[in-house]
Amino acid sequence: MAAPWVSLRLVAPMLNGTRGIHRLGGAVVPEGNQKKERTMLQFLTNHFYDVEALRGYLFQREMSKVHLKNRSFTWLEEQHGPYSAGAFFILKQGGAVKFRDKEWIRPDKYGHFSPEFWNFREVPVEAVDASDCEINYEGLDNLLLLKELQSLSLQRCPHVDDWCLSRLYPLADSLQELSLAGCPRVSERGLACLHHLQNLRRLDISDLPAVSNPGLTQILVEEMLPNCQVVGVDWAEGLKLGPEEQPQDTASPVPA
Amino acid sequence: MIRRVLPHGLGRGLLTRRPGTRRGGFSLDWDGKVSEIKKKIKSILPGTPCDVLPDTSHLPPEHSDVVIVGGGVLGLSVAYWLKKLENRQGGMQVLVVERDHTYSQASTGLSVGGICQQFSLPENIQLSLFSASFLRNINEYLAVTDAPPLDLQFNPSGYLLLASEKDAAAMESNVKVQKQEGAKVCLMSPDQLRNKFPWINTEGVALASYGMENEGWFDPWCLLHGLRQKLASMGVSFCQGEVTRFVTSSQCMLTTDDEMVTLKSIHEVHVKMDHSLEYQPVECAIVINAAGAWSAQIAALAGIGKGPPGTLQGTKLPVEPRKRSLSPPLQEEEPDPANLEVDHDFFQEKVWPHLALRVPAFETLKVQTAWAGYYDYNTFDQNGVVGPHPLVVNMYFATGFSGHGLQQAPGVGRAVAEMILEGSFQTIDLSPFLFNRFYLGEKTQENNIM
Repeated sequence: MAAPWVSLRLVAPMLNGTRGIHRLGGAVVPEGNQKKERTMLQFLTNHFYDVEALRGYLFQREMSKVHLKNRSFTWLEEQHGPYSAGAFFILKQGGAVKFRDKEWIRPDKYGHFSPEFWNFREVPVEAVDASDCEINYEGLDNLLLLKELQSLSLQRCPHVDDWCLSRLYPLADSLQELSLAGCPRVSERGLACLHHLQNLRRLDISDLPAVSNPGLTQILVEEMLPNCQVVGVDWAEGLKLGPEEQPQDTASPVPA
Repeated sequence: MIRRVLPHGLGRGLLTRRPGTRRGGFSLDWDGKVSEIKKKIKSILPGTPCDVLPDTSHLPPEHSDVVIVGGGVLGLSVAYWLKKLENRQGGMQVLVVERDHTYSQASTGLSVGGICQQFSLPENIQLSLFSASFLRNINEYLAVTDAPPLDLQFNPSGYLLLASEKDAAAMESNVKVQKQEGAKVCLMSPDQLRNKFPWINTEGVALASYGMENEGWFDPWCLLHGLRQKLASMGVSFCQGEVTRFVTSSQCMLTTDDEMVTLKSIHEVHVKMDHSLEYQPVECAIVINAAGAWSAQIAALAGIGKGPPGTLQGTKLPVEPRKRSLSPPLQEEEPDPANLEVDHDFFQEKVWPHLALRVPAFETLKVQTAWAGYYDYNTFDQNGVVGPHPLVVNMYFATGFSGHGLQQAPGVGRAVAEMILEGSFQTIDLSPFLFNRFYLGEKTQENNIM
């Protein structure tokens, strides 16, 4: 049993995304002890200015941590070239980079990574795996330095939303693979502005909680990008059988 | 009866009790007494309605540092930035007076909610860019403890403007200005346009400009709700009422050229309640006119425009309500702004032919729903009025944006707050939008009006 003062967590840890002060309004229903703890916090916040101010301050501090992570590294461009600058940004965030004809460079569990990529001035970055990173709209400044990027994975990034997707169009010439699986803030409106990426061959849009109608969205995205293989959603998802229809025809797909 | 009235009726109870019940313990009405004591204590304690004095909870406070007339997105934005940029927490008391708390005729709620950077004036472009970054980070700016995050439902589609041969040069220079200010706009030739959007009929189009980022539309109600919530948490008072009178005091002063000039300052605002003659005089230091389509009436109350025409005293605020439903009509055929009913024939006769010509797929178009709203139309040059009035020294304007008020609200709110708190525009210089231009006759014309 944790000590009582420890259990009074004022701001949720970043693992749950920055739902810090918003979590009480969120859709997830907690059970038992957690619920009591949260209503106690709510009670305190509503009755004491100090608690409210403290929570507001902690939230602003978390936000500024995210901003710090996404600060601009474009000044590195003149010294080390755009590819190294962009790679440094990704590696610092905790993602992995793959230069052309080289192996994947990943940071270890302490966040350290090998400095060999500083020598790759002219070698373009082919693939970036930014899963679970805290990239947001400002951080994309640094990502867009990598002009010849072919594969980008933004799986489960908590701050990637529709605004960020509308910013990916400079990579239209080279980007062939994009994965947005599990991003909580991406909705169908953001997916609609991927129409710039005409060279895309593989798009992963599975498990997007903010998309209201996944099956329909899959069809629309496939129509928008005719040369692209869209993965992740079964088009019949969300469809219901009518009362008189029976699943007799084995050829037609049965909704999951 | 005597038992009930006295709080400590123990002695009396003993006296008036019948002898037979002495052995059975207290037969006082203990529960009744306790509940009465509780009721009396509750009525005396703060935080509960006290029945002794009349209820004034619907009236605005008697003093307020700043009174903002108009609770639409511009008024709320000014209130937000005033509270955010104030030097001390709780330093400014702000009151927002809104006549209609359902916002049924307010331009904010009836707006399409589009945001676009394709203007010709650099100030307009900067305002739009700032608003886009405000909306992008809205959950940081308008964060309230324990409230769910706001979902603006922003659709980042971008605006596409088409130009014929004669307008192509103007469009090119506009795009150059936009790119200089940092907007991401690109020019497209008719071939590129056909490639990108095969469903457009490019006949007669010489050039097109397409906004790639930060353009689209969002839900204005969500922004309004978010602002109201945040302001309530910051300590801004709201009042539902109509401003009927300004009580001003005047001072005659000499200018450096030895001319007599009468400077007025508003020191009281009379706010009248709905459906009654009751009004509350609110003592104030600064009044902000953010009344949208009805700003001219508020300005007239302060005596702006009462004087011989052609003088500074006689210059009225040239903002009037214009009704808009789907697209702007021609100059000569303005619809009657008396009500907000939609003229469906207008769409069939005037708008649909152009749409069907440009996009052949729209030939079979049928209107499902339509609504109309007011533009706070600036008849002088269709751009906003921001900043103080030269003669009524404590009235500040934030109105007259003629259709792009919603997308410029965050930037304008910040500019007005800076003007009040610092005395000059700090971030975006909106001096071309000051009131003086109506008297001096200098138009700040915006060429791309939507």
